[in-house]
Amino acid sequence: MYRVEEAKPLAERVYQMWVRAPHVARHARAGQFLIVRIDERGERIPLTISAVNGDLVRMIFMAVGKTTRQLAALKEGDHILDIAGPLGRPSEIERYGTVVVVGGGVGIASTPIIAREAREAGNHVIGIIGARNADFLILEDELAGICDELYIATDDGSRGYHGFAADLLKKEVANRGIDCVWIIGPAIMMKVTSNVTRPSGIKTFVSLNPIMVDGTGMCGSCRVTVGGETRFACVDGPEFDAHQVDFDLLMQRQRYYLDEEKNSLGRYLEHTCTCGEGKHHG
Amino acid sequence: MGDRPAEIRVHDFLEVDTGLTAEEAVQEAERCIQCKKPGCVKGCPVGIDIPAFIAAVAGRDFARAAAIIKEENLLPAICGRVCPQEVQCEGVCIMGVKEQPVGIGALERFVADWEREHAPTLPGVREPSGNRVAVVGSGPAGLAAAFELAKRGHKVTMFESLHAPGGVLMYGIPSFRLPKEVVQAEVDQLRRMGVEIRLNHLAGASVGMDELDLYDAVLVATGAGLPFFMGIPGEQLSGVYSANEFLTRVNLMHADRFPEYDTPIKRGSRVVVVGGGNVAMDSARVARRLGANVTLVYRRREEDIPARRAEVDRAREEGVEFLLCANPVRVLGDQLVTGVECVKMEMCDPDLSGRPEPVPEEGSNFTIDADILIQAIGQGPNPLLIRRLSGVSYGRKGNLVVDEAGRTSKEGYYAAGDVATGAATVILAMGGAKKAALAIDAMLRGETLDQVSEE
Repeated sequence: MYRVEEAKPLAERVYQMWVRAPHVARHARAGQFLIVRIDERGERIPLTISAVNGDLVRMIFMAVGKTTRQLAALKEGDHILDIAGPLGRPSEIERYGTVVVVGGGVGIASTPIIAREAREAGNHVIGIIGARNADFLILEDELAGICDELYIATDDGSRGYHGFAADLLKKEVANRGIDCVWIIGPAIMMKVTSNVTRPSGIKTFVSLNPIMVDGTGMCGSCRVTVGGETRFACVDGPEFDAHQVDFDLLMQRQRYYLDEEKNSLGRYLEHTCTCGEGKHHG
Repeated sequence: MGDRPAEIRVHDFLEVDTGLTAEEAVQEAERCIQCKKPGCVKGCPVGIDIPAFIAAVAGRDFARAAAIIKEENLLPAICGRVCPQEVQCEGVCIMGVKEQPVGIGALERFVADWEREHAPTLPGVREPSGNRVAVVGSGPAGLAAAFELAKRGHKVTMFESLHAPGGVLMYGIPSFRLPKEVVQAEVDQLRRMGVEIRLNHLAGASVGMDELDLYDAVLVATGAGLPFFMGIPGEQLSGVYSANEFLTRVNLMHADRFPEYDTPIKRGSRVVVVGGGNVAMDSARVARRLGANVTLVYRRREEDIPARRAEVDRAREEGVEFLLCANPVRVLGDQLVTGVECVKMEMCDPDLSGRPEPVPEEGSNFTIDADILIQAIGQGPNPLLIRRLSGVSYGRKGNLVVDEAGRTSKEGYYAAGDVATGAATVILAMGGAKKAALAIDAMLRGETLDQVSEE
């Protein structure tokens, strides 16, 4: 059992949770993830490790399906039955020179730990975060404190640049020498944004989020095609060379259980509708 | 004694084989002629004194029978169910020459179940030795090793990456062959012997190598959990499962009870399973229980099927269709699986394993409709820990290289089970684990291995 030490909403439908999990916290590195199973009947879901503080790990997630909504309903002092990790390979952080860390939507959650390690390794770190609108932006202050420079984009222009994070990245790539880029967000955003660095061949990592079960290389549910080869995101990734990833296949495989996810969520909301959990923050 | 009717059991996950009653067990035990030189003991990878326990059953002293078995094997309720006795103890039983061999497996299971229900006892545990041993993985090899080490007074800490102990016994073998409460009971026994089990802990990740190095010995028993894929076109389509994934979703995550449990699974209406081993049979039979029509495709002939004969027969009884001498070459569909293109296989000269080499028959391609394809073509060692183990040697297939005693090339590190041998059976893993545990014990006591084997 792992105790929830702090739980709060960060943005519309986006939640932040600090959990006491020493076995994960003490060994976690940038780019790694953990697997959460809330209770006996729960499914195992992967969540990126967003930050570490002593024996605590932070996870940030969007409450979209049954499990993430159930997770969002947990309060300080509640317990999560199982947390396994840290899983996956750490980000390949070296002293590259100037690096850009791009976060899109809830994917911004994964950027602080990467930005911090990249900076500690001696890089000049440019942060770019983008979201649909200002209400979906998260971790702005935190990233401003970590990155050497931070730029913001919103689709509707309600905050920062009016447009996509990809546009801001394009500007940086055009204006100065960029040595390495991380792009983390929804699959479609990573696909589009990584096209920015494709022509110049700048080393670019994306963090893939396929469906997983065990998260330890045992089931192959998370297999993705990278450079024409089958790789397991859980043990070979989750970060891969963005320019080698078959994003269309990733998105196709992510959709496999949509009907079941709807069914599960509908059932959950029916059972919880009176407690107000379903009401969004904001 | 016997199996529940196929038309009933195919709708549930309850145990197929109902086991022996006490009367049946005594009757079966009386068939044993108590050979002076019992071949069965030699045929047993863990060397149980089979004639002695059978004599105890014949004399209705079931508690004593259990005690005799447990001297060599803590997990008889598991072994009695999943050991391939027909090629081990029962395979060499003298009674089998003229009639049926004595049902040693059924008797072992009876005794174990009887003990669990009537008089559970713990084996004697020696005075604490002051030594700490880490066991990585809680599958058959890990459990067997932990048992031997705990019995000898060593403080054992097991690390299990999943949320439940038992490894393949939990995620791989379906409950209709091995009820999960049986596994649970055996694990509880270990806990009562003082073994600490840390779930959700991945050695090399949640537990650093530097932390493992602090133990007086480490036994790596991480199994062969990495599923192989065939590498054919269309394999990325949604609807292609590894047997590991399909079985894990049901056995460990209870996807058969979705949405009561949160993990989903596609039940499919036409399921194709590739492979001929026990894992393939398990997958096919689980798919039947989820309501699908199931075709099992195997590239060799009936007599080459490596799965246990009894499980092949049961799969057939449950309505699994067998398509032999055939092999998938392509998965058809756009996003979702719609069919499997297969090719007929001809049997040519024996290959290295002595079995006829199957060769595709040119132009024999044909298609079968399918919405799910489950690949059960084997597993390799999980690379997760192995990658992080520095100073150990690996074999060609990624397995850890060990000597007779289970020692790796890194001092203080031992390995047993599938991670050392490649994918094999539960009992072989246990046999190897026991050997490694005895070697660890000898090392910790400053003895040589010769002294151990003389004991």
